[in-house]
Amino acid sequence: MNASVETAPVNTASPATLTNGSAAAAILAAGIGSFALGVLAVAGDKSALLKGWFTFYKPTGPLSGVTTSAVVIWLFCWGALQWRWRKSTVSAGRISVIALVLLALGLILTFPPIADFL
Amino acid sequence: MEITVRSLWTLIHGFGFGALYLLACSGGILELYRSTSSPSPSPLTPRHEIFLRVYLITMVVLAWGAVLSGAYIVYPWYRAVPPAGAASSLLYPQHLLMSSPSTIGWHSLGMEWKEHVSWLAPISITMAAYVFIRYGRDLRNHRQLRAAVLSFALVSFVAAGVAGFFGAMINKNAPVQGGHTIQLSRNVEALGK
Repeated sequence: MNASVETAPVNTASPATLTNGSAAAAILAAGIGSFALGVLAVAGDKSALLKGWFTFYKPTGPLSGVTTSAVVIWLFCWGALQWRWRKSTVSAGRISVIALVLLALGLILTFPPIADFL
Repeated sequence: MEITVRSLWTLIHGFGFGALYLLACSGGILELYRSTSSPSPSPLTPRHEIFLRVYLITMVVLAWGAVLSGAYIVYPWYRAVPPAGAASSLLYPQHLLMSSPSTIGWHSLGMEWKEHVSWLAPISITMAAYVFIRYGRDLRNHRQLRAAVLSFALVSFVAAGVAGFFGAMINKNAPVQGGHTIQLSRNVEALGK
């Protein structure tokens, strides 16, 4: 997505070493999916309108829409990033940090007292 | 000895998928760490690599099985609203928990957290399995990505632990009950009398 994190191929440990683009795409997408889950969980809890929208399956209620939407966002981002980075070497450190921050935020946002505080 | 269909599904969700995933997680994370961080050139044999791939795929299936069976089979029974004038709340666990100040927290904190945080487990472990299957022993050449994969796997374990703990406690305070009864065995002694 962000072209600035892409760099020219660098020397790696061995000629057979794979470029890191696929792994980076999977990791960043997992971070985005986790963050999306946290944001949608809070949104579904706070807004009566969204609660109705997220009720994809009535017996499960808004949880069905919140989790399905987060999974769709995760898979879409994974596919898009994989397509973009599959043959590239990207800035692994920066992407890992971004992904872990998104994961931490997702984890925090699912905690009900935090969601109630917002 | 008998069990209701709802209790059986709760067992499948909690023990069949959830607890088994937690058990697999501890071994999986350790093995991921060991297999991808050793400084020696190639301690991971092809056979070992195949074993770890199958192990991780099994973990992915268990994690998705746990959240999907929870959200679409057990949770609807948990959150069912009792009809007006229902004599008992025993078949409506959420209602039962919320009817007392001493148990309301199991729903407002426990279930509210569990129902969302548990989904971090399959997302994280699916990513970890994909990266390991794609890179295998080569992952040791990508130190930062390896650290990120292990962190996600660890969060997956924590998320599953939170979900497992609250699931067990909620089911202890307000078990999901009802549905058809399955006869597991007959009490021979009682029949003989």
